[in-house]
Amino acid sequence: MGGIPHDHYEPKSKATQAINSRLPIIGLLYDTLMIPTPKNLNWMWIWGIVLTFCLAMQIVTGVVLVMHYTPHVDLAFASIEHIMRDVNGGHMIRYFHMNGASLFFIAVYAHMFRGLYYGSYKAPREITWIIGMLIYLLMMATGFLGYVLPWGQMSFHGTAVITGLFGAIPFIGEPLQTWLLGASAVGQPALNRFFSLHYLLPFLIAGLVIVHIWAFHTTGNNNPTGVEVRRGSKAEAAKDTVPFWPYFVVKDLFALGLIMTVFMAIVGFMPNYLGHPDNYIEANALVTPAHIVPEWYYLPFYAILRAFTSEVWVVQIASFLTGGIIDAKFFGVLAMFGAIAVMALAPWLDTSSVRSGRYRPMFKWWFGILVADFIFLMWLGARPAEEPYASFSLIGATYWFAYFLVILPLLGVLEKPSTPPATIEDDFNAKHGAAGAADAAHPAE
Amino acid sequence: MFKKLTTGLTLALLLATGGAQAAGSEGYVYDHAFSFEGPFGSYDQEQLRRGLKIYTEVCSSCHGMKFVPIRSLGDEGGPHLSKEEVRTYASDFIEVWDQDLNDGEGDYRAAVPADHFPKGGNANAPDLSLMAKARAGFHGPAGTGINQLVKGMGGAEYILSLLTGYTGNEKTSAGVTLYENTAYPGGWISMAPPLEDELVEFEDGHKNDLQHLSEDISAFLMWTAEPKLNDRKRAGMVGVLILGFLTLLLYLANKALWRPIKYRKD
Repeated sequence: MGGIPHDHYEPKSKATQAINSRLPIIGLLYDTLMIPTPKNLNWMWIWGIVLTFCLAMQIVTGVVLVMHYTPHVDLAFASIEHIMRDVNGGHMIRYFHMNGASLFFIAVYAHMFRGLYYGSYKAPREITWIIGMLIYLLMMATGFLGYVLPWGQMSFHGTAVITGLFGAIPFIGEPLQTWLLGASAVGQPALNRFFSLHYLLPFLIAGLVIVHIWAFHTTGNNNPTGVEVRRGSKAEAAKDTVPFWPYFVVKDLFALGLIMTVFMAIVGFMPNYLGHPDNYIEANALVTPAHIVPEWYYLPFYAILRAFTSEVWVVQIASFLTGGIIDAKFFGVLAMFGAIAVMALAPWLDTSSVRSGRYRPMFKWWFGILVADFIFLMWLGARPAEEPYASFSLIGATYWFAYFLVILPLLGVLEKPSTPPATIEDDFNAKHGAAGAADAAHPAE
Repeated sequence: MFKKLTTGLTLALLLATGGAQAAGSEGYVYDHAFSFEGPFGSYDQEQLRRGLKIYTEVCSSCHGMKFVPIRSLGDEGGPHLSKEEVRTYASDFIEVWDQDLNDGEGDYRAAVPADHFPKGGNANAPDLSLMAKARAGFHGPAGTGINQLVKGMGGAEYILSLLTGYTGNEKTSAGVTLYENTAYPGGWISMAPPLEDELVEFEDGHKNDLQHLSEDISAFLMWTAEPKLNDRKRAGMVGVLILGFLTLLLYLANKALWRPIKYRKD
């Protein structure tokens, strides 16, 4: 598999020969697990394993929760309480699932910003990046659909707000919203189909994850230097890489263990910290919560959605040019999806000849501001829609778009990057440069 | 750089929990050291029993707790009444509506442990089953969620502050009497002060001034909202210890595994 030369699986026993000649599954698993991996990967390369683990954990806990959940507007909330009170271990399984969603998004954001900093999206890994963006979109959809199921106040009114976004699309919006909800308002048809889709989408994600892994196993991993593994010969490639098993499996498991220890503490000691108290109130169409706030992982994009009010001149121009078809609400929806779309286009917007941000002196600063901007927008997303937060949101949203549409293309031209090391081996040895001295200190074990 | 990212994301998480406190942050809620707080905290069984008595004699005249099964009063980590006590409590203090009685026309009957607490008699009085988790007492500062990280969500503190937060002022608005309350968002609540000094008597002569009664009922309502809290904290502690030990082993394995690669000469 892949362009990096390495030893492939050779079945030794008669049984494995018989199996592998009929279905080369052992060879496939072997090659996947033994893939040559750049040996200089740093700790930001652990998130893939964390994400895979999250997906598995969410599916396993989710399947168990479904055994006890009732998708009915009169019974859903009570069935969650049944899980919390009567089902053996139900309270833990549900808190794992609830907080698992947060861990999933922490990991995916770390994973994405890792890719953005080290230029993992750049050729030849564009397809890996695009599939990753699709997975991210499906994650957002799955998270939202799942949040509806407990049928609390935030579930209910959040659904009304989010499906209302589709209602903002000109001409087809209202019929589209009705079609999505299966009725003119949020109710039983919506709950039933959201339940169905919440169960379906994770398996689509799992399928895409396999394609995601397939894609980067074909191109090889990126690494902190952005320098490609030498592929001239097996011996040459072996100098830049170590096999995934056992080196990175054990490293990743150690990182996963650390993260799960913290996760366990959150589930055990403060499981509702990341949630909203209003969702412990059963849904009531007649009482609207004072502030409808999405879960934390949607907040940056929610802030962008709300940033474009009818007082913003870009919105006014768009509205004037389209004869009012694009109003502030629709503009906000376009901006929110646009904010994700520009990220997906990063491979073609980044013009730099150097892949890794480590060797791009100006890029580093702009990237740092982007991370700060993301956090800033996340904070703004939970603030009330009033001044000064509205203006701040507009500034934050503007920088987000400017980074991808203006700064990334221009930097490639304006910036003078430093020279990356010639090989991964050089980078690795430079970091563990005291090799000679260390050898004496650590005699062979 | 990844260190910056990690710090950033941690910060983002802290900031984002501002979402958990967007609703009504006007009321004044004070912190109280309940026995169930912190990683090692657990419910005080005697306090829960006193709370149950207060609930039965006072709260239940208007409020209900429809999600709480009466049998759970016998659970360990709760009031932990004996089987006999639970049965007596159900039949003596609670009447439930049974649709099967009276040839399908329905009638009231004495409750059995398998029943849930009934819904409240007063439609305006919210159900109390989950009240301690449906309110957050602490917010901010500035939407960062740090207060909740330090002090907890503050659901029980909210109830305690509300019950002790009446100023004695009243006003009538659109024919409804409202009572001024320092903890209630907006400052005026339609619930008349439910508790007062010595309203409920305890057999063991435990203190029954307003403050103590309020603390006891707040703790009891935390238990009704989160009956498995003791189990959860124990599971959390065991989980953290096991995972921590596993992580230590993986750390050592990783170090040993990479040593020859890192210090290889070739």
